[in-house]
Amino acid sequence: MAEQDFEAPLSELQKTLDELARFPGDPVKTREATRVRQQLDQQRREVFAALTPWQKTQVARHPSRPYLLDYVQALCTDWVEIHGDRLFGDDPALICGLARFRGEAVVVLGHQKGRDTKQKIRRNFGMPKPEGYRKALRAMQMAEKFGRPILSFVDTPGAYPGLDAEERGQAEAIARNLREMARLRVPIVVTVTGEGGSGGALAIAVGDRINMLEHSVYSVISPEGCASILWRDAGRAEDAATAMKITGRDLLSFGVVDEVVAEPPGGAHADPEALFESLGTLLDRQLGELRKLSPEALIEARYDKFRRMGQLGREFLDRAV
Amino acid sequence: MAWFRRDNTPLTSSEQASRVPEGLWIKCGSCKDVLYRKDVLKNQSVCAKCGFHFRITARERLALLFDDGRYEELDAGLVSADPLAFKDTKAYAARLKDGLQKTGSPDALVSGFGKMETMPIVIAAMEYGFIGGSMGVVVGEKVTRAVERALAEKAPLIVISCSGGARMMEGTLSLMQMAKISAALARLDSAGIPFVSVLTDPTTGGVTASFAMLGDLNVAEPGALIGFAGPRVIEQTIRQKLPAGFQRSEFLLEHGMLDLIVDRREMRETLARCLRMLRGQ
Ligand SMILES: [Zn+2]
Repeated sequence: MAEQDFEAPLSELQKTLDELARFPGDPVKTREATRVRQQLDQQRREVFAALTPWQKTQVARHPSRPYLLDYVQALCTDWVEIHGDRLFGDDPALICGLARFRGEAVVVLGHQKGRDTKQKIRRNFGMPKPEGYRKALRAMQMAEKFGRPILSFVDTPGAYPGLDAEERGQAEAIARNLREMARLRVPIVVTVTGEGGSGGALAIAVGDRINMLEHSVYSVISPEGCASILWRDAGRAEDAATAMKITGRDLLSFGVVDEVVAEPPGGAHADPEALFESLGTLLDRQLGELRKLSPEALIEARYDKFRRMGQLGREFLDRAV
Repeated sequence: MAWFRRDNTPLTSSEQASRVPEGLWIKCGSCKDVLYRKDVLKNQSVCAKCGFHFRITARERLALLFDDGRYEELDAGLVSADPLAFKDTKAYAARLKDGLQKTGSPDALVSGFGKMETMPIVIAAMEYGFIGGSMGVVVGEKVTRAVERALAEKAPLIVISCSGGARMMEGTLSLMQMAKISAALARLDSAGIPFVSVLTDPTTGGVTASFAMLGDLNVAEPGALIGFAGPRVIEQTIRQKLPAGFQRSEFLLEHGMLDLIVDRREMRETLARCLRMLRGQ
């Protein structure tokens, strides 16, 4: 993916900076470099604080953004990936495994995209098939069996819309996950790290806490898809992205998400270590809160959470009253 | 993923053919026979010659299933507050008004409590004429309340789907209705109360990927289009034409996603028989 429009002034400054860095012994150039670096930091902060929903979509899809395995490596130890749904196959677009998070054994799962062409194809661009969702359910039910909390990471354009996926029951696989996640007796913490692409995202996103990274998006359909249907012009994706209210801040106000995790200036990929640090602290706190609840209280609270999505007097009215 | 059928475009010929058209004489969308309209309506909107199932409204569905067509309508006053103040080429508020005018219902689902072959039962039916039967907050709320009513009455639940999927104009809130309804169905499931999903033409997107696939029994009318992604999206993905019959009821039955395909004229009797047996009666 090419650099985004809003990054153009930044890359100009970056080029100047790179140029100046070629003269490390020159005091004038070094002073100049310090000035330019400050200017760049300042400008980057401003640009990323004012991103539009469509620009956030671009950042959410940025090919350098951390993916599931990056989070696992940064936040966990003792990672053991597990494979297969025991029914058909193993889906590399949705990864599950055992790991320790801050010493506690947990089950981690999430979508995985690829960085180079070969990996993109192997990971099917992060679009799972039914076997991916069924593997995830198997992993989550194993977590329940052994009383292990679940950390779920969401980053997908959507469930794969292909012939084989339909034949094997894509809709059924997603639906079953929604129903079963609602009654799992262990804590589930969900973080949307990039693209929260409709049912394919939701199928691993029914949880007790739903987080979104600052520049991630979560939507019922992609902005391009929405634009091509409602505007009959995929070029109107920017308008669709705005109209559908897909950012963390919007969804916080609707009660769809609980926390928005601030990203470093320039986005998660500009300073992943800083992001891992703050996300790790948040997940640790949330697991701590949830650990105090009995399984019954946990399930009850999870039900109420989703039951309230769409409230009387706010999102709908009752004319009969 | 385009889960949604265009509601602002003229009906394609196949869509037109799937409803009982106006006029004294009509042509069957499948066998092309010319039929006397009144005969078709008397035959539950099924072609007597070839068995083609014309699309019918949510209220017609309920009338066909409840004893004497009588039921207590549930949550009839629920209407969307247009939570996103959404506007594309047309304001969503205006689409809601059009839908009301066209169907007489304030959203895409009608639900009721009554009796079917004397058995107390909750039945909800989706209305395709209202923005393509799409699921927003009101549909999500009404299905969830129907599930909760079934729980409270310890009565079985039937939901008849007919939908292009989640409603884009209510954004991520629409998506969340899938989780909300599925969570309610988990409670019904744990309580051992039967839920039968009836899938009719068309059932796609977020409706299929939530309650429509979660029946203790999944039952479809013959020839219904049922899937997650729409056929056009799949064709774009795989860059080839889909085989004939792909994503039709018979295809889903063959692939293990449905329990049975039932002719509309036998639906009520079949559902009642199954429900009695599931309840040990
Ligand atoms: Zn016919």
